[in-house]
Amino acid sequence: MVKRSVVGAGYGLRDWLMQRITAVVMAAYSLVFAFLLLTRPVHDFAGWRALFAPEWMKLASLLFALSLMLHAWVGVRDILMDYVKSAGLRLALQSATILVLVSYAAWAVQILWSL
Amino acid sequence: MRFSIYRYNPDTDAKPRMQDYELAIEAGDMMLLDAMLLLKDQDDTLSFRRSCREGVCGSDAMNINGFNGLACVTPLSSLKQPITLRPLPGLPVIRDLIVDMEQFYHQYRSIKPYLINEEPEPEIERLQSPEERAELDGLYECILCACCSTSCPSFWWNPDKFVGPAGLLQAYRFIADSRDKATRERLDDLEDPYRLFRCHSIMNCVAACPKGLNPTLAIGRIKELLTKRTV
Repeated sequence: MVKRSVVGAGYGLRDWLMQRITAVVMAAYSLVFAFLLLTRPVHDFAGWRALFAPEWMKLASLLFALSLMLHAWVGVRDILMDYVKSAGLRLALQSATILVLVSYAAWAVQILWSL
Repeated sequence: MRFSIYRYNPDTDAKPRMQDYELAIEAGDMMLLDAMLLLKDQDDTLSFRRSCREGVCGSDAMNINGFNGLACVTPLSSLKQPITLRPLPGLPVIRDLIVDMEQFYHQYRSIKPYLINEEPEPEIERLQSPEERAELDGLYECILCACCSTSCPSFWWNPDKFVGPAGLLQAYRFIADSRDKATRERLDDLEDPYRLFRCHSIMNCVAACPKGLNPTLAIGRIKELLTKRTV
């Protein structure tokens, strides 16, 4: 195999845009969440359950969790691309990152709808 | 006036060292390069590049007290002593403050820094309106001194793959030129996770540029155009 520096994968814009859009989603959710906590303080488990009981709150929280996963994917991938020089190791770490993030997303669904 | 200067001769030295120098001068309105020429009289083995001595050729770019800049336009009086001089970070050292710029030039060449226009040549020049010409302000002034690219961590990690701020500023300079007809090819070439998207907008390039240019803004414009043609 020749040792040659190769570039030209021809992607990147979608990820870059996605990172920005998911950041806006997370910022909006954080503001709404902070507002909810300030207006109706939560003291106990029953309070937390009541906060997440409405279907719209579950959906908004899921949207936040999915945004976080997509945002983290682009960020972690960028870190791996910068610092991990071996392409094989990079592929392994990137695959592991995807598996972990997808599990987190599934876990978030399970938590939200079991409340 | 005290100096601490990076010395390295790959032929004879096992590793680089910092050498102290003293000059019995007042800073006055002297530039750093003037003092370095006096040091060169003192010790003619001290090696650095310089040419125009007025911030136009970009030869004497170096790391001055931790910041990249041109020695010829850096007032001595603005510097804290001992004045520490090192070669531009990230590039291979040829000797003392002289670095091998090949990686930098390679990235510059890769963006095709010339007008591409297959249309029939007109009788006279390809004219631009004053507005079209104004699009190039803040782009064409780059002197390729490499202060920006060598202050960019993304360029340090991937100098063979990331175009770097200087190259991307020039890429946008040709995209922005009304006489250039290769916008599509240029954008295709840059839409790449390494060539363009290693830039995370930390703006070291803007802080380093001795000509006051803004590569981050140009990179943002390229991303805007990429977005515009996608959505």
